[in-house]
Amino acid sequence: MKNKHEKFEKNVGLFAIFTLLAISIGGLVEITPLFFQKATNTPVDSLRPYTALEMEGRDIYIREGCNVCHSQMIRPFRAETERYGHYSVAGEGVWEHPFLWGSKRTGPDLARVGGRYSDDWHRAHLLDPRSVVPESNMPSFKWLAENKLDGELTEKKLATFNFLTRNRSHKDEQGNRIPLYSAEDLAGAKAAVKDKTEMEALIAYLQSLGHALK
Amino acid sequence: MSNFWNIWVWVLSLGTLVGCFLLLRYCLTNFAGVPEGEPTGHVFDGIEELNNPLPQWWSTFFLLTIVWAFLYIAAYGLGNWTGFIGWKSSNQGILNLAESKAQVLAAKENGYLVQYDREIAAADAKYGPIFDAYAARSIEDLSTDEEALKVGQRLFLHNCSQCHGSNASGSTGFPDLTDNDWLYGGDAETIKQSILHGRKANGMMAWGAALGGDQGVQDVAAYVLSLSGREVDATSAAAGKDKFVMCAACHGADGKGSAAMGIPLGAPNLTDDIWLYGPSVRAVESSINNGRAGVMPAWKDILGEQKVHVISAYVYSLSQK
Repeated sequence: MKNKHEKFEKNVGLFAIFTLLAISIGGLVEITPLFFQKATNTPVDSLRPYTALEMEGRDIYIREGCNVCHSQMIRPFRAETERYGHYSVAGEGVWEHPFLWGSKRTGPDLARVGGRYSDDWHRAHLLDPRSVVPESNMPSFKWLAENKLDGELTEKKLATFNFLTRNRSHKDEQGNRIPLYSAEDLAGAKAAVKDKTEMEALIAYLQSLGHALK
Repeated sequence: MSNFWNIWVWVLSLGTLVGCFLLLRYCLTNFAGVPEGEPTGHVFDGIEELNNPLPQWWSTFFLLTIVWAFLYIAAYGLGNWTGFIGWKSSNQGILNLAESKAQVLAAKENGYLVQYDREIAAADAKYGPIFDAYAARSIEDLSTDEEALKVGQRLFLHNCSQCHGSNASGSTGFPDLTDNDWLYGGDAETIKQSILHGRKANGMMAWGAALGGDQGVQDVAAYVLSLSGREVDATSAAAGKDKFVMCAACHGADGKGSAAMGIPLGAPNLTDDIWLYGPSVRAVESSINNGRAGVMPAWKDILGEQKVHVISAYVYSLSQK
């Protein structure tokens, strides 16, 4: 009997295909079913969409790479919930595109940072972290206070989120999906953010985090 | 999980395990046509290849990992089946805190299958009585208890020091808690209320326009600074004194602040030499011109009343020395 294994060993293309098949099984079993689960597609009762300003702040959070050092995922351990609050649940993140759970904590978790500090504190902290936390190793983000938003793309961003969450938004009494943003929200998006500083937007975003589970 | 995905998970998982076993068996078959350990006839550069099977220890361990996988599945479950242990890390899929609490209560009756709930129950059994005992005592009483103060200090460092500083002496915009100057009052119960419910800025308004621009602001600033004995331009201060009636509603006619009048407005005493936003002329002028809006967050929902009680005792003790 000939060793059929030779076919794979001597044919790179075939070998690559079977390698891909083998390594994708873990993902197929553990990840794909989650795309279709009720628990991962139903927003928690009090989840509300980001306001236009918060949405801009979220983009600044992404642009500055905050998620590289700050996670937004409280794990179900007492050591974490004592410090950060109730552990994160799937229903809080169903409208996140992309999600900002992060995987590294150089700084503390921010999943429930909203309301823990005053706006003034965030401003002082972002301008010069060491002015309020002497041992902090966070960089300062001074330019946020100088840059102003023009709001040109804000309406498009909100409309995009309407599209992305069209099958996962809240339902009204008749069972119809309520879009995240009404036509009115979209029309007023630019005016809501125009000439606000990036600092204001980022702080608005940070203050909005973590209130959905009540 | 719907039936389809349940089957999906079962078939792929078990299929992989069976597949691994078949692959191992296949690879242990002798294909070379010569007995094990003998040369295969393949020679290159004077080196000949022997027909050696997979090492015994390696294939045994491979087989054991397959056996282990079945044991693991039996213990922890697969798809919708929760396994013989029924272990869960936490309650996912909850839509509000009431559901979360209901599931924890249900878990108590079912004997704690959720790891997180078990952890919390163990901690409650250990620390609950300590906090219960503290809650039963008054804040004044607790503030003389060394142990309680240590607990309070630890909680303070974790939750309050970011604004008020690790020695509670505050910084620009964040009040010093070690002195006897209080925006809302420094008695034990008021401190506890401040922490529990926070203090929303009633808002020092921006007075620039109402005072008639820069000159008006400078005059009032001069008068305010003179209240604590600072040397200022006398004419300017006199002009500012006339305008101070607008400030008196919150800060009092004598400038001693809202706490002295017994009103919870958070308007500081202007006659002491304690300046929340800095003692410079510029800082005081800026406060008058642009207003201020300091906010103390509410901690009731984050920490719970019992922990706030202990923190209150710690904070209260700081100004009692």
